[in-house]
Amino acid sequence: MIASLNARTALVALVAAGLLLLPLYSSITGNIFVLTLFTRIVIFALAAASLNLIMGYGGMMSFGHAAYLGIGGYAVGILANEGIGSGFIQWPVALLVSALFALAVGALSLRTRGVYFIMITLAFAQMAYYIVSGLARYGGDDGLTIYKRSDFGGLINLSSRVQFYYLCLACLFGGVYLIWRIVNSRFGLVVQGLRSNEARMQAIGFPANRYRLVCFVIAGTMCGLAGALLANNTDFVSPAVMYWTRSGDLMVMVILGGMGSLFGPVIGAIVYLLLEEALSQVTEYWALIMGPLLLLIVLFGRGGIVGLLGRLSRG
Amino acid sequence: MLLVVEQFLNGLQFGLLLFLLAAGLTLVFGIMDLVNLAHGSLYMMGAYFAATFVAWTGNFLIGVLLALGATLLLGIVLEFVALRHLYGRDHLDHVLATFGLILFFNDAVRLIWGPAGLALPLPAWLTVPIQIVPGVFYPAYRLAIIVVALAVALMLYIVVMRTRIGMLIRAGASNREMIGALGINIKLLYTLVFGLGAALAGLAGMMQAPILTVQIGMGENILILAFVIIVIGGIGSIRGAFLAAIFVGMIDTLGRAFLPDLLRQILSSTAASTAAPALSSMLIYLLMAIVLVVRPEGLFPASRR
Repeated sequence: MIASLNARTALVALVAAGLLLLPLYSSITGNIFVLTLFTRIVIFALAAASLNLIMGYGGMMSFGHAAYLGIGGYAVGILANEGIGSGFIQWPVALLVSALFALAVGALSLRTRGVYFIMITLAFAQMAYYIVSGLARYGGDDGLTIYKRSDFGGLINLSSRVQFYYLCLACLFGGVYLIWRIVNSRFGLVVQGLRSNEARMQAIGFPANRYRLVCFVIAGTMCGLAGALLANNTDFVSPAVMYWTRSGDLMVMVILGGMGSLFGPVIGAIVYLLLEEALSQVTEYWALIMGPLLLLIVLFGRGGIVGLLGRLSRG
Repeated sequence: MLLVVEQFLNGLQFGLLLFLLAAGLTLVFGIMDLVNLAHGSLYMMGAYFAATFVAWTGNFLIGVLLALGATLLLGIVLEFVALRHLYGRDHLDHVLATFGLILFFNDAVRLIWGPAGLALPLPAWLTVPIQIVPGVFYPAYRLAIIVVALAVALMLYIVVMRTRIGMLIRAGASNREMIGALGINIKLLYTLVFGLGAALAGLAGMMQAPILTVQIGMGENILILAFVIIVIGGIGSIRGAFLAAIFVGMIDTLGRAFLPDLLRQILSSTAASTAAPALSSMLIYLLMAIVLVVRPEGLFPASRR
């Protein structure tokens, strides 16, 4: 146990240090591309971490998590398009709308279980996808270009690559810290208890769906933040960010890294996106390798990368 | 009036097509308890096979039959190589593994056939309009789809409900261990069921191909529709899938056809023409959400156990 803890802690410390020092490396070598790539990775890591909160700890297999990426992004994009450039307005709106959407989706979806839950969350995400595709005023299918990144006054300049990277990283660390606090709180224990045995928890007297719903809303809000970051990163938002294959990508990141482990999704996002990048440089047909790889991971890699590390150091 | 009849038939035709796709999905889901996202890829492969074989042989029917066989074979190989190892695993594992298969198939198609879409031209005898009632003409090909799909649905019903193999399939769905203990080769049975589902998906793909183009990713949108159908109909229920498919096909087609005019009555013309497509695409998901909220097990839950 202690050995496995050490291997995992070492990896996490290594990853955290690497992420912190990355801009330094980028400025020394002049390699801007790596900074842009990792900004994207960090944002997706935040989204994956938020999905892990409901999927890994709460046992709620949401197949529509990318919807919040789009909602957060569109909140920023639409406000910017209407001339409201202040991040102090854009971001709270992004979070609020994501939270409200999660509340509505959660309240309805949590009436179902298992594969029905997977499908109903997917259906709601698809609805959101078609709604934004129909927003002709905001680009419709083609998406919306954001000409100016969110303005935070003199506090932070999002157009600076390094400052923006550190903002994303701070959001990721903050998000993971929040998840850690939630998971170890009374509330988090109840949610995890519901995942293990709902009937017993209800018998003790916990209102199951209320706890689940709050957890669902927290995760949605967090992913909405990732959406706001993503829109600022690409200066563009389109319905494609909330298409169902994006939700699939997020799920893959969580499982790949290790579902229900605190840092698993972060590592999963890093590995998945780096793999995608590396394979796409080798061949145009990167998915030809990625697809079967996913299959192999599912078949042989229980517990993801973090689980594998645990097993390796144990025996 | 003419338009209403035509759109009604279009809805029926689309619904039946969706049924072919949903039937395979619900069989695999109900019997093997496998969530197969790659079902849409089989639909796509069916269309690509048909386009290739029809161009190759120069005969529509022979080409389609060859493509049907090829999809059946592909399904069996896929089950044998990959999916049989997933039975009994968590649904989430299924989602991920078959998500990987979608990625694989999309790029495999891009590698083999190129990124541009293909066309599947119809033979002359299928392009003539047919007079169904005096004064109302309907394209022969769409009529042919309705006839073929109805025939397949009937055949499926007879196979599952009235034959020995169908009995084994139903028995396998309710208790896998027990029929294995009775000396039935359950693995072979599962492979056959999966192959059948693949062939049905392929058939749907190749019948849709002449109407739309054959392209990468064509299976993804329609796969979600098929999932909506089996969820509305009740997972594992072929009868439920049939009724839900017709229902969804009708709503989708009629919504697309008449919603813009309907909205124009209440909204300004430009607002209506932008809102209508989005709203009609949403209708089905809305329907599914309502069904799941009211009846979480679907409208016609399969009476298992």
